[in-house]
Amino acid sequence: MQDNIVVIKNAKKTFHVKSSDGSRKLLHAVNNVSLEIKKGEVVFVIGPSGSGKSTLLRCVNRLETLTSGEILVDNKSVTHPESDIREIREEVGMVFQQFNLFPHLTVLKNITLSPITVKKISREEAEKNAIALLKRVGLEEKKDAFPEELSGGQQQRVAIARSLAMNPKVMLFDEPTSALDPEMVKEVLDVMLDLAKEGMTMMIVSHEMGFARNAADTIILMDNGEIVEKGTPDQIFNNSTEERTRQFLKHVL
Amino acid sequence: MAEIKRNTNKIEISDGLLIPDRNENGLFSAWRISFFGALLILLGLIVFSPEPYFEIIKFIPDGLFNTFLVTISSIFFAMIIGLFTGLGRISRNPLINGIANIYVEVIRGIPLLVQLFYIYYALGKFIQVPSIIAAIIAMAVCYGAYIGEIFRAGIASISKGQMEAALSLGLSRPQAIRKIIIPQTLKVVLPPLGNEFIALLKDSSLVSILAVADILRRGREFASNSFQYFETYTLIALIYLVLTLFLSRMVGIMEERMKNAR
Repeated sequence: MQDNIVVIKNAKKTFHVKSSDGSRKLLHAVNNVSLEIKKGEVVFVIGPSGSGKSTLLRCVNRLETLTSGEILVDNKSVTHPESDIREIREEVGMVFQQFNLFPHLTVLKNITLSPITVKKISREEAEKNAIALLKRVGLEEKKDAFPEELSGGQQQRVAIARSLAMNPKVMLFDEPTSALDPEMVKEVLDVMLDLAKEGMTMMIVSHEMGFARNAADTIILMDNGEIVEKGTPDQIFNNSTEERTRQFLKHVL
Repeated sequence: MAEIKRNTNKIEISDGLLIPDRNENGLFSAWRISFFGALLILLGLIVFSPEPYFEIIKFIPDGLFNTFLVTISSIFFAMIIGLFTGLGRISRNPLINGIANIYVEVIRGIPLLVQLFYIYYALGKFIQVPSIIAAIIAMAVCYGAYIGEIFRAGIASISKGQMEAALSLGLSRPQAIRKIIIPQTLKVVLPPLGNEFIALLKDSSLVSILAVADILRRGREFASNSFQYFETYTLIALIYLVLTLFLSRMVGIMEERMKNAR
């Protein structure tokens, strides 16, 4: 139990949606999901769109609030209304599909903003760390560029470096390569693979099946807000016991 | 919630819109004709017919000063009020949100002229302030509501991913607003704010009704002494026209620069 860094217990997220005829209905985006992620584990969440995988991921750092259930990160409750969510968010890095770099700041300032503002680290130290991180993602020479001057793949690598600057214990990836041109996918996946090898705990929502097969410790298939199947890549891709999993994989592979 | 998605890698090449581009008219654009036309007529009148036009010009400068004083002070305070109103309108606190919304609804529903009368004459029953102060307060309160709307729209145009990214990096909401949302909003709202400035310059002529000695008021004084209404008001119209056309050009250039900087 101690080495579980993310614990999700009976998570439920319900949205009230207005349908086109004006009637309101409940949408169970995440329905009774329980999941444990060990330190250093790389978990892929796959499934058809609308299956609730992004919502589940966004609940882990409370960008969405759970309707019921509980989520613990490093034994601290994310979902308890009185817990200091900022303290938890410092430990949870998040990488978005649309990168979400700050367009008015240079690459270097994008990375140093949070360490300086939140962690109160000195500017010199923050910049030193930032340059080391940029080196790690291979973009050292772009430190003074603005986000719009970078390609999508480069922006996403900066976004990863920006999250790493907070020394997170877990990294969440919300479809990190879905908005990229095909030839830029690999450079981002390479960075992620390095991270995984270095022992970073990662929860990844992705459609990159090949990458999932190589990098994942665990793969989770979600459908209709529920976990359909959970297993190693070998179990999921080659020996799936669930008809729904085989059906999904047949369409995407 | 609609979201604007920018794809910086996509290059669009096309023949463009079917509506003629502003710049296609070249040397004879409407702006050039109006601006230089007005300027030439203004100078021509002063040079070739100094009596009475040069007399009027000599009479007006302190009016010009008051017009600028009212305009610049009002826009300054209106921008501060507007920024807080805009933030209030996106606030999650129902009280702040309610106050901001009601302020905008009420102020936008009352004509500026009535507001001027109200603050100077009606509220004058309780506190007497010099007319120029009353004028600045009324203009700032009125334009604060409109500028609040500009800020609200500007903030809403920033993709919600910016706030999410800032929050997931551990920033508090106020920090995210100060460091991420407002700097980007300022860039977006600068051109519409410029237009508000021009509108305010024109509307500042209303303060002459409170006996503030602005351009229009000084003109009226000159005309009622000399009975040269046509000459005086022609000159005043030309001065306003040259000023606003010049400023609108500045706003246009600023807008162009912003577009290229993106």
